[in-house]
Amino acid sequence: MQEVITEDALELSKNWKLPDRGKVGVLFLIVTESALFTIFVVAYIVYIGKSLTGPQPKDVLELPILSSICLLSSSATIVFAERALHKGALAMFKLWWAVTILLGLEFLVSTGVEWYNLIYKEGLTISTNLFGTTYYSLVGLHASHVIVGMGFLLLVMAVSLAGFPIQTQMRRVMFLSWYWHFVDAIWVIVFTVVYIIGR
Amino acid sequence: MLGTAVVALLQAQVAALPEHRIADIMKPLASPAEAEKNIALFSFAITGVIFVVVAGLIFFTIWKFRRKHDEDEFREPAQVYGSNQIEVAWTIIPVLIVFILIGVTARVIAGVENASPPKDVTKITIIGHQWWWEVKYPDYDIVTANEIHVPSLPDGKAATYLKLESADVIHSFWLPQLSGKTDLIPNRDNFMWINPKEPGVYFGNCAEYCGTQHANMLLRVIAQTPEDFKKWASEQQQNAASAAAMTPPRAEFESLSCVNCHAIKGTVAVGKFGPDLTHLMSRQTLGAGVIDNTPANLKIWVNNPQDPKPGCFMPSLKLTDSELAQVVDYLGSLK
Amino acid sequence: MATIDYPIHQKIEYEEFSFSETFYKWVATVDHKRLGLMYIVTALVFLVIAGIMAGVIRLQLAFPNGHIVDPDTYNRLFTMHGTTMVFLVGMPMVAGFSNYLVPLMIGARDMAFPRLNSFGFWIFLFGGCLLYFSYIGGNGLNGAGSAPDVGWFAYSPLTAKAFSRGASTDYWILGILVSGIGSIASALNVIVTCISMRCPGMTMSKMPMFVWVMLIDSWLIVIALPPLSAAQIMLLIDRFLGGTFFNTQAGGSAVLWQHFFWIFGHPEVYILIFPAFAILSEIIPVFSRKPIFGKPAMVGAVVAIGFISLGVWAHHMFAVGMSSWSNTFFTASTMLVGIPTGIKIFNWTATMYGGKLRFETPMLFCIAFLLQFLVAGLTGIMLSVAPFDWQLHDSYFVIGHFHFTLVAGLIFGIFAGIYYWFPKATGKMMNEKLGKLHFWLFVIGVNLTFIPMHFLGFLGMPRRIYTYAPNRGWETLNLVTSLGVVVQMIAIAIFIYNVLHSVLKGAKSGDDPWDAWTLEWATSSPPPEYNFEKVPVVRSGRPLWDLKHPDDPDWRFE
Repeated sequence: MQEVITEDALELSKNWKLPDRGKVGVLFLIVTESALFTIFVVAYIVYIGKSLTGPQPKDVLELPILSSICLLSSSATIVFAERALHKGALAMFKLWWAVTILLGLEFLVSTGVEWYNLIYKEGLTISTNLFGTTYYSLVGLHASHVIVGMGFLLLVMAVSLAGFPIQTQMRRVMFLSWYWHFVDAIWVIVFTVVYIIGR
Repeated sequence: MLGTAVVALLQAQVAALPEHRIADIMKPLASPAEAEKNIALFSFAITGVIFVVVAGLIFFTIWKFRRKHDEDEFREPAQVYGSNQIEVAWTIIPVLIVFILIGVTARVIAGVENASPPKDVTKITIIGHQWWWEVKYPDYDIVTANEIHVPSLPDGKAATYLKLESADVIHSFWLPQLSGKTDLIPNRDNFMWINPKEPGVYFGNCAEYCGTQHANMLLRVIAQTPEDFKKWASEQQQNAASAAAMTPPRAEFESLSCVNCHAIKGTVAVGKFGPDLTHLMSRQTLGAGVIDNTPANLKIWVNNPQDPKPGCFMPSLKLTDSELAQVVDYLGSLK
Repeated sequence: MATIDYPIHQKIEYEEFSFSETFYKWVATVDHKRLGLMYIVTALVFLVIAGIMAGVIRLQLAFPNGHIVDPDTYNRLFTMHGTTMVFLVGMPMVAGFSNYLVPLMIGARDMAFPRLNSFGFWIFLFGGCLLYFSYIGGNGLNGAGSAPDVGWFAYSPLTAKAFSRGASTDYWILGILVSGIGSIASALNVIVTCISMRCPGMTMSKMPMFVWVMLIDSWLIVIALPPLSAAQIMLLIDRFLGGTFFNTQAGGSAVLWQHFFWIFGHPEVYILIFPAFAILSEIIPVFSRKPIFGKPAMVGAVVAIGFISLGVWAHHMFAVGMSSWSNTFFTASTMLVGIPTGIKIFNWTATMYGGKLRFETPMLFCIAFLLQFLVAGLTGIMLSVAPFDWQLHDSYFVIGHFHFTLVAGLIFGIFAGIYYWFPKATGKMMNEKLGKLHFWLFVIGVNLTFIPMHFLGFLGMPRRIYTYAPNRGWETLNLVTSLGVVVQMIAIAIFIYNVLHSVLKGAKSGDDPWDAWTLEWATSSPPPEYNFEKVPVVRSGRPLWDLKHPDDPDWRFE
């Protein structure tokens, strides 16, 4: 085996700092998910106003103000939770984390109620018309990402409550919060496209 | 009697037309194909020169710098890392070439695509089906299938404007010597035009994979002098040759389920799922070009279309020998 | 002082071969080298399977009115041939080469996420098996089914439930969707590895060309694969939930699938060819005895290709009836992407210029690539001219063009890479005589097969037809094409024999048989599981050159 170490090897090794691989990983995960969402948003936009029959957006869609406020606030509360964790205030961390979960849950329940009304009262399903197909797909794709995020949030909640020292996993909690912020940012776009532009 | 004679004459005229079975894009016989050939030659010239220059350089380099078995064999050559000037040079030259090509191409695109039809144009609507072509002449009230007659004048002054639709999946209309292809897409109307400059029979294919029998969704455009075309058109406008009389073969035909899919003008057959059969015998082929239109082949087709064209949507109706004979007899009279 | 006898220094003799241990070693591995080899071997197996399919296709087309297979079987063959070659040969080659070589070249111990790596491989394999399971399990309504027969790009509405009954199309969708997850996972891993795992001294600009190209390849995968997944999810919604994404009866657009597919599909072909670019950028310098000419320009060219390739997709749709403005735009963008590609060919040639060229098999394949890919690129320029494309689209000219890029391009590059790095991975040399025989036979076979196709396109022969009538002018060219396949198969058989024989009985290679300059040659052949005994520290892009030429090191000039 040949030696590849040159003279100032030690000097270079000491000061060699590269970006954290978790950070880069989550960043590119967000990039790839954004590409996925973009195509569903494009499909939604392309088909605005093109449905031949069935309920139209302005007839059946109401602005989901409360659930949006809840979801976007959960981005703030997760930041509070992280800050508490950094300071070592575990009780506060658990509190804010629980609030985040509840806010996310409210969003999901609201969406569920909205869908129930759309399906059973307005007769809008995924197969009704172009609006139905693109609406349920886009909002559903987002909601599925919220559910996955919730799953991990609940996992963190469960292990912290069970006594696991969550402060040793601050890096991973941070990655989860980045994912959560991403999901919220996507909601801003979905909300704008579906409930404002498309109506 | 007279009608039969006229039809026979027409068929003889068509049979005498030159056939262009070899559909060479480099032998265009209509303006769109000519424009496409010209720009093809232009891009050949450019890419040809590029190939000769670059390949020449590569061959020269391989030959000149092959390692020779001399004293210097194992001494490393001068380690050259690059040259900014060279990089700039061989970036700028391709960029210039590309700009020229883009400019020329843009003009041809506009010339072919945005050409507005002349006043005296023949209009045809083509509807693609899995695996046959429905052909309508809205101005003449003609419905036929698979073989398209158009007028032709030497300087290309007789243009035919085609509206392309599809009843099911995506197909593509391609007659290489007349024009580049355009797709037939459901829920989308596409347009193209051709102006054959020589009478003749032009061959083409469906050029977008559309399922099992895509290979046998063939095309023929029969370009005739304007007078011959008018004669053909007026013949096609007539009701079916035997529409007046109810003969036993016709009665047999109309008692079978054929009438559910096929239309024969002037009879009870008004089916729209399959090709219009009113003037079936005026066509050169059966099954969208898969077999020639001969009495023997007609019998084979009606008996079991799955033999020459397996997977096509016409089933074998399992006719008895006498039913088959009557049907073939009847169809054979549809001139 | 008493010395301690560490067990690690004692020689341990393994007397018995344990099947379960060997099996476990390969199935449960997270080692990037083993996973890389597994990717490459699996890809080669699929290459042979899809190659046999091509053989049957060419047997059917060798004569007019062929009766070797019925139309449905033929349509399944060309669909599975294309799908396999793109997703189960090309993509795993990307993953295999980058997984094996990137950590070694950057002086790392493994990839950033070894378990994600393993997950990526196994889910890719599962997706491939799911696709092939369609042959048995694809029966659905009315007995329709078996393998998918919708073409590898599966245009709608042919893929709608109404026109593709049964489950065959669903196997196409799911097999690729699942495999695609593996590709994205692998690409993510490569990106993070390149950014976060480089050894001390290796700044981004000092990364070898191979690593740069595979890094940008991975960016392309991460951005371009999701559109395919999205379109496939939409198709599943249409087929199973009554969705209307591509349902023209409901006002949907049949062309929307094409847009989404080709937004993936065009970058995909660059994703596929980049490994060949990467491999050439390592082999040509070593066999010319000079550094790569214009490394910054080469990196810039690859970045430019990556970017521009995201904006050319509708050149696959020139016949769809888009406006003249759209057609002109995509003509222009497609021509522009040819420029950085051309620059790469110039730079490789300039690398050879002034060098001392050695013509062993790896270099032979690289030189052949240069000439063949030049032709492929130029036929691509012809196709980019929209009016010319209106004639050539969906004809055999296109088949000739893309087989030139993929067989005479990518596969030539892959063979070059296998001959070059086989000694590193196995510690044995491949047989050079057999290598040269494989090379010449394959070049002859490939050209016999794919050059006539260009002329068949000129004569009006469309793609995807299971037979053709005589007297269309197509007979002779089809026969020549089919004969070329026989020659190719002989060449591949020689290659496989060479691989197997060399693994067992090849001459010992040593660490650095080619006198090369990148870090993978600084460790043993094969490398130990931990790659490097001590973490390398580098000062230039060619660390071994610096060591071998302390009087004339690279870092004085970089």
